[in-house]
Amino acid sequence: MIDLLGYAAFFLTTALTYAILCLGLNLQWGMTGLFNVGVAGFAAVGAYVSALLTTPEIAGRLGGFDLPIALGWIAGAAAAGLCALLVGAITLRLRADYLAITTFGIAVAIDLFALNAQSITGGPFGIGFIPRPFIAWAGRPLLFNGAHLLLTGGVALILFWALERAGRSPWGRVLRAIREDETAALALGKSARAYRLQAFALGGAVMGLAGAIQAHYIGFISPLNYVSALTFLVWTMLIVGGSGNNAGAVVGAVGVWGLWSASGYLLNTLLASQYQARGSSLQIVIIGVVLAVILVLRPRGLLGERRIVSRHLEETGAP
Amino acid sequence: MLEAVGVSKHFGGMRAVDDVSFRIERGQIVGLIGPNGAGKTTMFDLLAGAQRPSAGSILIDGVRVEREAAHRRLARGLGRTFQIPRPFAEMTVIENVLLAAPRQAGERLLWTWFRPGQVAREERENLDRARALLDFLNLSALAGEPARTLSGGQRKLLELARVLMAEPSAILLDEPTAGVNRTLRGEILARIAEINRRGVTILIVEHDMEVIARLCPRVIVMAQGRILREGAPAAIAADREVVEAYLGGAPA
Repeated sequence: MIDLLGYAAFFLTTALTYAILCLGLNLQWGMTGLFNVGVAGFAAVGAYVSALLTTPEIAGRLGGFDLPIALGWIAGAAAAGLCALLVGAITLRLRADYLAITTFGIAVAIDLFALNAQSITGGPFGIGFIPRPFIAWAGRPLLFNGAHLLLTGGVALILFWALERAGRSPWGRVLRAIREDETAALALGKSARAYRLQAFALGGAVMGLAGAIQAHYIGFISPLNYVSALTFLVWTMLIVGGSGNNAGAVVGAVGVWGLWSASGYLLNTLLASQYQARGSSLQIVIIGVVLAVILVLRPRGLLGERRIVSRHLEETGAP
Repeated sequence: MLEAVGVSKHFGGMRAVDDVSFRIERGQIVGLIGPNGAGKTTMFDLLAGAQRPSAGSILIDGVRVEREAAHRRLARGLGRTFQIPRPFAEMTVIENVLLAAPRQAGERLLWTWFRPGQVAREERENLDRARALLDFLNLSALAGEPARTLSGGQRKLLELARVLMAEPSAILLDEPTAGVNRTLRGEILARIAEINRRGVTILIVEHDMEVIARLCPRVIVMAQGRILREGAPAAIAADREVVEAYLGGAPA
C-alpha cells in the first residue's frame, strides 16, 4: 500500500513535469499558433543550465558551481526563455511551416551540442550528481516522492494560474486574434511581432523550467532525454488534452503519461526479455494510435478551447 | 489630415499605383472610385500600411508614415476596413469588437498579473463601449455568437464596429456595401454618414456611383493606377473620360 502510494506520487510528479512542458507549448501553439517542434531543445537548455550551476565542481567539465537548486531552476528557465527570445527574434517573421523547420533544427543542434561538447555537457555520459531536493528523505520513498509531488504540484499550480490569468485577458485575446488572422490584428493596432515574441519567449522559459525540475528530480541527465520523441510526446499530450486550454494541457499530460507508463509496464511484463528492446517501440506506436483516434473522434481534444477568451466577460455574465 | 504625395507601387513591371497625390482634410468624406484594377485597394493598403510604397510619401497630420507598420498608423488615428471582411471567426462578435480597443491595460502581460483591478475595470468600460457600438450597428443580438456564423452583410457591420472601437480619427472603408442586400445597404450608408457627422474623416472605395453620390461631396477617380479626375459627383458622372474608363476604353 505504502509502495503504491509512493509510486502514485512518483508517477504524478513526473506527469506534472510534462504538464508544465505542455503548458509552455499551449501558450505557444494553443494560444498563439506558433508551431514549435523544438520543445525538447528548450527543455534541454533549462536542464543543462540548471545542472551546470548546481552540481558540485568536477574535473574535466565546465563548472559545477554548487549553487542552490532554486537558483538553478530560475537560471534554467531564464536561459531557455532567452534562447526562445533569440530564436523568435530571428524566425517569427517566417510562416508557420518554416518556423517548424527552424525550431526542429535548433532542437537537434542543441541535442548534438549536448552530445559533443563534452567539456561543458559531459557529452554522451551526461551530467550526474545533480542535487535533488529533499535528498535527506531519499530512504523513505513515500515521504520523498510526496514532498516532490507537493513541490512540483505547487510550481505547476502557480504556472497554471499565471498562464490562465494572462491567457484569459485582453493579452490572451490579442494572441488568439494573431493566431486567427495576423493581417486583421495588425489593422486593429496590435503589433503581432511583439506579442508573438512575448508568447514564444515565455513559453520557452516555462519549458526550460520543466526541464530543470525534471533534471533535479531524477538527478541525472543525458542527451538521450532530449530527442525528438520528447517533443512528439508533449505535442500528443496537448492535442489529446485540448489545444488552447490550460486545463486540457494538464489533463492531456497526465493522461498520456499514464498511458505511456502503463504500456511500458505491460510490455515489460508480457514480452520475453529478448523482445523487450523492440517492444519499447510499441509504446510510441500506441501513443500514435491514441493521437489518431483523438484526432478523429474529438479533434478539439478532451477539453476543447473556450469560446470566450476574456475571463472578465464571464465574470460580468456578458455574452 | 491624410495626404499622399507622388505615391507609386510597382509589382515587377506593373504599376498598380502610379504617382498618386491627394489631400483629405479633417472631417471630410471623400469617395475613391474607378474601374476594376484601377489600383484602389492597393492605394488603401499603401495608406493603411499593409504594403509599402515603391516611391512617394504618405502623411498623417503632417507626419510622414510610409515606412511605419499598419498597427503604428492606427495609433496615429488611421483605421481601415477590408473589402472582404476579416472577422476573427472563432471569437465571439463582442470580443471581436473588444479586441480593437486601443491601449488596453490588460494587453500588457505583467499587468494581467500585477494590476488585475485596473485590467478588470478597463475591461468593463470597454465592454460598455463595445455594446453601445453593437447597438449602433444593430448587431447586439449576435454579441455572443462566434463571428463565423455572421452573414456577409453582418460581417461588413462587424468590420465597422471593430474599426470604430479603435477610436480612429480617419477611416478607410473598402467597399462597405458590396454584396450586401438593399435593406442592410441603406442602413450601412446611414451609419457611415452618422460616423462622419461625428467628426471622423472618411475615405471610401465604392463601385456603386449612387452610393458615392449620396455620401460624398467630393470624389477621386482612379484608372490604371493614376488619378483621372477629382471633383463633385455630378460633374464626375457627366465626365466623358470617366465614363470611357468605366466602359473599358483607354483614358484619352
